[in-house]
Amino acid sequence: MIKIQKRNSSSSLIFYLSPIVAIFLTLFFGSLIFLFLDLSPIESFKIFFIGPISNWYGLSELLVKASPLALIALGLSYCFKNNIYNIGAEGQLTMGALFGGGVGLFFYDSNSFFLLPTMILFGSIGGAFWASIPAILKTKFNTNEILSSLMLTYIALLILDYFVVGPWKDPTGYGLPKSRPFSDAGRLPVLVDGFRAHIGVYFTIIIAALSYFIFNKTLFGFKLRVTGFSSKASKYAGFKNDNLIIYTFLISGACAGLAGIFEVSGPIGQLYRDISPNYGFTAIIVAFLGRLNPIGIILSSLLIALTYLGAEDAQLFLKIPSAVGFVFQGLVLFFLLGADFLNKYRVLLK
Amino acid sequence: MNYDLILGILNIVLISTTPLVFAGIGELVTEKSGVLNLGLEGLMLVGAVSGFISLVITGNYFYSFILSILSGVVLSSIFAFFVLRLLTNQIATGLALTIFGIGLSAMLGKKFAGTPINGLSPYYLIIFSFILVFLINYILYKTKAGLIIRAVGENHHSAYALGYDVIKTRYLTIIFGGVMCSLAGFYISVCYAPMWQEGMTAGRGWIALALVVFATWKPWRLLVGAYIFGGVAIMQMNLQAFGVKLPGQFFNMMPYLATLMVLVFISSNKVRLKLNAPSSLTMPFIKD
Repeated sequence: MIKIQKRNSSSSLIFYLSPIVAIFLTLFFGSLIFLFLDLSPIESFKIFFIGPISNWYGLSELLVKASPLALIALGLSYCFKNNIYNIGAEGQLTMGALFGGGVGLFFYDSNSFFLLPTMILFGSIGGAFWASIPAILKTKFNTNEILSSLMLTYIALLILDYFVVGPWKDPTGYGLPKSRPFSDAGRLPVLVDGFRAHIGVYFTIIIAALSYFIFNKTLFGFKLRVTGFSSKASKYAGFKNDNLIIYTFLISGACAGLAGIFEVSGPIGQLYRDISPNYGFTAIIVAFLGRLNPIGIILSSLLIALTYLGAEDAQLFLKIPSAVGFVFQGLVLFFLLGADFLNKYRVLLK
Repeated sequence: MNYDLILGILNIVLISTTPLVFAGIGELVTEKSGVLNLGLEGLMLVGAVSGFISLVITGNYFYSFILSILSGVVLSSIFAFFVLRLLTNQIATGLALTIFGIGLSAMLGKKFAGTPINGLSPYYLIIFSFILVFLINYILYKTKAGLIIRAVGENHHSAYALGYDVIKTRYLTIIFGGVMCSLAGFYISVCYAPMWQEGMTAGRGWIALALVVFATWKPWRLLVGAYIFGGVAIMQMNLQAFGVKLPGQFFNMMPYLATLMVLVFISSNKVRLKLNAPSSLTMPFIKD
């Protein structure tokens, strides 16, 4: 007989080992998929995981993709630690791009030094504003944040669509659903000339360091852990759970909003419909894979960013659709969740 | 505006709404038993691609139908195993299923994109969708099986104490939900379109998810809601014909906005919430 027993305390060894187990299982299943497609797994993996980062340009592209993923996931980790399931980061990112980008478009001929900082500020405000809606609905009306943040994501995407098709369409853009380009003063500086990696990376690193400090050294971080562990315990301790919900949502939304404005003022340079290749949803995988730990999130963002780049190369060189990246992302999340079982429960054979 | 135009538009609404009814009613039953499956979009896409590929290869609608359904059984069983046996987080597992399904369907369908097929008439499945809603409503509210499903979704510990098999019930409702999603996918790629294209379900899975909440977990309201959502989407495409000047995005936003409002309305009152939403939704069941 197999018996399942709950562990009293989670095993920290298994906790940090399970992402690695998940990655290996994903690679194993990935090689089966390549075999099924009549491709050599080793050659395919070379193209998928090594090819994209074997030159400086590729490494820069890795940062371009990893930076928004890590930034959003860091924000989400505040919510997830608090057992709040904000799955609307994609919408918060969109609103950040819309608010910040709106400033950039309003002052499209400005050369002011203050333009970019204002855009970044409004970007984070836009994201936080969009996240405040599910937070308020949750605290005032007891509304399930999973469903509300998801609905708001699709509303945000349609609002962006409305602006780029309608009022903010580039008057000289041949009727394409794109805004005008931002002025040079509204563009995010790159790290190294000739590469696309931008200073958003610095923000990500600073926010990761700050989060590490907040989670481990502050009362706020302690409250998050207590509430996440047991909301009853936190009530007895006298913590105001409602405030905690609102703060975590605001932080998470601001981070997603920052990622949004960095995308449009950085690599993209204007507003259009598909500003994000699902970063808001993929960041959920990054947050879980990184164990809601800032250092873990940085590492997992690099890995998941690689699945985006690898998928593009796979399309070019192996002639398989770039959606293969989604297969890997889905698999790694499946295996990680499965491996977590061993962390929470002990399997006994009798 | 003439009579033919109105009939034509009604016919288009009827044809385009049916996938929402299938995916929605499946998810409704799953959620009634206390499980939230966010994998609808992935399940639909894999159902669509497996139906399409098997039709191209065998040329037989029956085999195509069976294979499409089978894909739903397999994928939703995996989801069920994860959330019921491995007690994984339902939200994350559902998202994993959607992301995986989007990728898998695109890979499988690559060689078949653009292959012409003779579509199946949509009217068989349209008629079936109405019968199905009637049947599900009957089963949920008039039979013992329905009582067990609802009991498990309301309070799984009490249901377990009464001797009902919580895990088995949820396995069955999850698989039913998965089958309905693949049926919706089959309908889209074989009857409605009929063709295969990457991501061709175009977010219908998410609308179906919204629909279940909009319908406050009631089958008849789901049917009505589906036709409201479907009707709004078709109206948006024919705005010029009606002389409406509102932007189209506003119409596309309506299902999500309406769902959000219904959600706030039912959750703002504890009694109302208890009367409508399954209380154990997203909670894992662990035998003590």
